[in-house]
Amino acid sequence: MKFRSVFDIIGPVMVGPSSSHTAGAARIGLVARHLFQTEPERADIHLYGSFAKTYQGHGTDVALVGGILGFDTHDTRIPEAIKLAEERGIKVTFIEEEDEHDHPNTVKIRLGKGKEQMELMGISIGGGKVEVKELNGFKLRLSGNHPAILVVHNDRYGAIASVSALLAENEINIGHMEVSRKDKGKEALMVIEVDQNVDEELLAEIGTLASIEKVTKIHD
Amino acid sequence: MFHNVKELLEITEKRNIPISEVMIEQEMEIHNRTREEVIAQMDRNLTVMEQAVERGIKEQVKSVSGLTGGAGKKLYEYIQTNDTLAGPLLLDAVAKAMATNEVNAAMGTICATPTAGSAGVVPGVLFSLKEKLKPEREDMLRFLFTSGAFGFVVANNASISGAAGGCQAEVGSAAGMAAAAAVEMAGGTPKQSAEAMAITLKNMLGLVCDPVAGLVEVPCVKRNAAGASNAIVSADLALAGIESRIPADEVIDAMYRIGQTMPSALRETAEGGLAATPTGRRLQKEIFGDKPR
Repeated sequence: MKFRSVFDIIGPVMVGPSSSHTAGAARIGLVARHLFQTEPERADIHLYGSFAKTYQGHGTDVALVGGILGFDTHDTRIPEAIKLAEERGIKVTFIEEEDEHDHPNTVKIRLGKGKEQMELMGISIGGGKVEVKELNGFKLRLSGNHPAILVVHNDRYGAIASVSALLAENEINIGHMEVSRKDKGKEALMVIEVDQNVDEELLAEIGTLASIEKVTKIHD
Repeated sequence: MFHNVKELLEITEKRNIPISEVMIEQEMEIHNRTREEVIAQMDRNLTVMEQAVERGIKEQVKSVSGLTGGAGKKLYEYIQTNDTLAGPLLLDAVAKAMATNEVNAAMGTICATPTAGSAGVVPGVLFSLKEKLKPEREDMLRFLFTSGAFGFVVANNASISGAAGGCQAEVGSAAGMAAAAAVEMAGGTPKQSAEAMAITLKNMLGLVCDPVAGLVEVPCVKRNAAGASNAIVSADLALAGIESRIPADEVIDAMYRIGQTMPSALRETAEGGLAATPTGRRLQKEIFGDKPR
């Protein structure tokens, strides 16, 4: 059951013209922005499949940039997003890729600010629903059936325990969890699928825990 | 949680509640939200639909490409002053469906139902019935929950994406959703809603997604017109007691399998069908120049 809410069907409220190519694109951009946590100086956007073929007509480009600027699907500033990004001094580059990915609507976003860099690959599966497939080279295996939170952290003892303890304290059950790391003691990623919704307040609290770098939720 | 139409109907029968109520309660339970929160969110979506319809029938909207805009308004004005062939209610639904889709093509604000490309059908039918049945706000919200319940089944068992399943998955699904909800609003039974859904979707099977220049405009705007009229006709068939020989769940499954065997050229790639006609190609060239797409 990929679709879990009536509002996946009656919704989202969005700026047209395409739920997959505009609203979905904005949502992928917004996930990237939430994970990056700050306004980037650079955004390299690689488009694949149908995204590469039809992005201009669908406003996929402005929607992705709108998401990166922090706009939600219904933000009426989306049509102006590329211009607004320029005004804010963000260098945006679009690259139309020839390679085929498993899903026709695939995008890879690389955000940078100074030395800090983040890369995310996402797909738009229809009706505005999106999935994140890769983060900083980590492959994510999300079922898409449950809400999920992503936690980028430093590979230190206690980091995983502190997050799961906080979830337990808030009566949130973990259905599936994966931890991967680049190297011992280096950047690591927790992918946690949960049975209940995690609200913004709790997300922020997770972000304040020791060794935790970034946290975001993928979908409700 | 219901997984298919059969289970949905069983719940309505066992508990003697309408389809809309099953959807509301499921949303509360799965997402741990209060009834007020769920209703309030749907109310906001309804307001967006209402504003898009109003804008599309009153304003001269025009898409960025210039391919579409103004058809909903033109039909709406025609109905007011002419003795039409199809009759006022059907054409009112069609005008409002096209109006919504034209607002969408103009990068206006809409509510995807279930997608943006098919966003005109459900509000088109709903706001045409509003004139005739004079529903309360709550009944209009129930219309959307019932539509959502059927869309939920289609999305989880087949597809609501043109890229995956063709236009049958988008406008076809939207029309089936609207037909089922129209039956509930008109006082029909849950079983009749399911029949209306099955009849509508059957009549849209095989519909390909072949948008000119890859834009959500041609033929999408008029496909929304077809979806809205199909929904109202099927709702009346079901209300008259006519049943579908093939049950709704099997029609949904057939739709899925047809989508699976549909060539990629006819699934939102702008490579086949109307997009590949001489005029379709010319329009694409006029909009995007010679750049290969």
